[in-house]
Amino acid sequence: MRLRIDDGTVTGAELRIYEPPRFFEAFLRGRRHTEPPDITSRVCGICPVAYQTSACHAIEDVCGVTVDERPAALRRLLYCGEWIESHTLHIYLLHAPDFLGRDSAIDLSRTHRADVERGLRLKQAGNSIMEFLGGRSIHPVNVRVGGFHHAPARADFRPLAERLRRARDDALETVAWVAGFDFPDAECEADLLALSVPGTYAIETGVPTVLPYGAGQARRTFPLADFTTHVVEEQVPYSTALQARLDGRRHLTGALARYAVSGHLLPPAVRDAARAAGLADPASGEVCRNPFRSVVVRAVEVLYAVEEALRLIDAYERPSRPAVDVPPRAGTGHGASEAPRGTLYHRYVLDAEGLVTDARLIPPTSQNQGAIEEDLRRIVQDRLRRGDATDAELTRLCERAIRNHDPCISCSAHFLDLTVERA
Amino acid sequence: MTAPARPRPRLGVFKFASCDGCQLTLLDCEDELLPLADRIEIAHFAEASGDIRPGPYDLALVEGSVSTPEHLERVRRVRAESRHLVTIGACATAGGVQALRNFADVTEFRAVVYAKPEYIETLATSTPISAHVPVDFELRGCPIDRGQLIEVVTAFLAGRRPDIPDHSVCFACKRRGTTCLPVAHGTPCLGPVTHAGCGALCPAYGRGCYGCFGPSGSPNMPAMIPLLRSDGMSDEDILRFLHTFNVDDFAAIEPPGTLGGREESP
Ligand code: SF4
Ligand code: SF4
Repeated sequence: MRLRIDDGTVTGAELRIYEPPRFFEAFLRGRRHTEPPDITSRVCGICPVAYQTSACHAIEDVCGVTVDERPAALRRLLYCGEWIESHTLHIYLLHAPDFLGRDSAIDLSRTHRADVERGLRLKQAGNSIMEFLGGRSIHPVNVRVGGFHHAPARADFRPLAERLRRARDDALETVAWVAGFDFPDAECEADLLALSVPGTYAIETGVPTVLPYGAGQARRTFPLADFTTHVVEEQVPYSTALQARLDGRRHLTGALARYAVSGHLLPPAVRDAARAAGLADPASGEVCRNPFRSVVVRAVEVLYAVEEALRLIDAYERPSRPAVDVPPRAGTGHGASEAPRGTLYHRYVLDAEGLVTDARLIPPTSQNQGAIEEDLRRIVQDRLRRGDATDAELTRLCERAIRNHDPCISCSAHFLDLTVERA
Repeated sequence: MTAPARPRPRLGVFKFASCDGCQLTLLDCEDELLPLADRIEIAHFAEASGDIRPGPYDLALVEGSVSTPEHLERVRRVRAESRHLVTIGACATAGGVQALRNFADVTEFRAVVYAKPEYIETLATSTPISAHVPVDFELRGCPIDRGQLIEVVTAFLAGRRPDIPDHSVCFACKRRGTTCLPVAHGTPCLGPVTHAGCGALCPAYGRGCYGCFGPSGSPNMPAMIPLLRSDGMSDEDILRFLHTFNVDDFAAIEPPGTLGGREESP
């Protein structure tokens, strides 16, 4: 990460992501249309279900297939597992230590053992959904284009439901716990992008919806098929990660964006917990733009995912078939879902045999980068207004600011190598 | 007076080109994580802690493959600082899914993904850690199995060899009592030649094994390939099947001439 400071003014903030290129979009070419869910899940071990889901949707879109209602509900359930697991990892193992002045969750456990144990328990509840339904929590094996390889019997869900009922208490306590953290003042000046679905909090599907920054700008949507005309990735010379802009402007996806776009659709009990935790109520048109408070939104989403998982299990009937056939056909298809860190878009072009001739993946990481850099610039500027800061101090501050959005890419974990150019 | 506490063994976790899934497996050991942290010093684990302490390390867990010029130098440093070095996962053990570039033109790959490929520094290959430095143990899987990881860590800390059998997924299916998919349904399955470790997960979910743990001890490839053909796969399908998460390892044991050679691989 490179900061340029001219006479007390931050004139540049560049986040160099040095994740080595792995060329997924290139080697997906020539693979069969059934393969992208498994292959692309290996882009990220922290959100494999997001990759599997977006890939399945895109391929089903090319082939003109709609998944039956019951397997579709199972997809949402699996995704709830990933949200619980990934958000809890983010909150407890990566983010909370920042708020409490600790280096790591292990370090935190010396003073807050019960809290860390609650986090691990909650994370385990998320993992248990993925293990039960997907076989394992990292790169689940049960997902396929068209649905699932195997659909469990209704009775087999009983132990899982039991565990989730206990997890509900842990999730409620988590919301209250993070609400007590200290939140520096900050505001993210970027457009917010999330998927939306009428009547429900969007997770595994939806229409791209933008809540622009600035007065007088109306909420708008655009068709998923137009994603790459609105969200345009550019390459910056200092990073291996591409950077995307939304209609030429900085934008942010992820928990803050989802809560702003769909928060009014959360069930009343979850909204009450959010309000009690000090979050603005989106039903009254308020938008929380403080990136530090994203930890609270994440906790609220965990609570929602636990409730939603329980609801889905309760309504579950074993489908007559776990998957529909997806015969290949030539064409282009689009798929998107809400990865824990934001909107994840996939596009595939297939030939008549079902071989992939072109693939495009736009992860939240590339979309959030512009907003994160702007966040960093502003947060460092605010800090400098209060007097000089050492590089070590600025490094910690920047690490925290990045972890507000995205702790999963190696770049944002704990390694930040800060270069400050002062003039 | 109490005797001074014996220093706890020091663990380092290092990442190269990977998806982070294998190191996440360590954080997924929810029940064991805090007890383990009491017994060992987690000296270097960038994903999970900002407290990064210098070596030497008693045990280094290395995730990811060597794929950039910077990796070449760093893998030597990690080796020099570590008493035992264990690779975790298909990336570190076999080059990972990104080793598909080894069978293609990386300049073209770069151009597909990046508008300005000249900004991107990468090697033409993605190679396992053992291609560069001596490795004490290789744990397979994409991702690795949690139980096997705990076995490896405790074994090395206790100074013994890990008890990780070399047999195939078939053994685990029999133990689990899963019906054989190729026999009962004609489903293509790489179980007979794939390293055990997952507990025969896929067949239990009604799906053929796709080889994510890489080849088992003594895989009988000349028998496997006709079996896959008789289950309805074309030679191109078989190549793709084998050439995914452990492409280099499976390619190395392909019977010469049966599948039309390397250049046809994706
Ligand atoms: S082996 Fe698989 S799970 Fe492990 S880091 Fe590599 S891609 Fe991820
Ligand atoms: S059955 Fe095969 S593909 Fe499935 S998890 Fe096990 S080793 Fe991997």
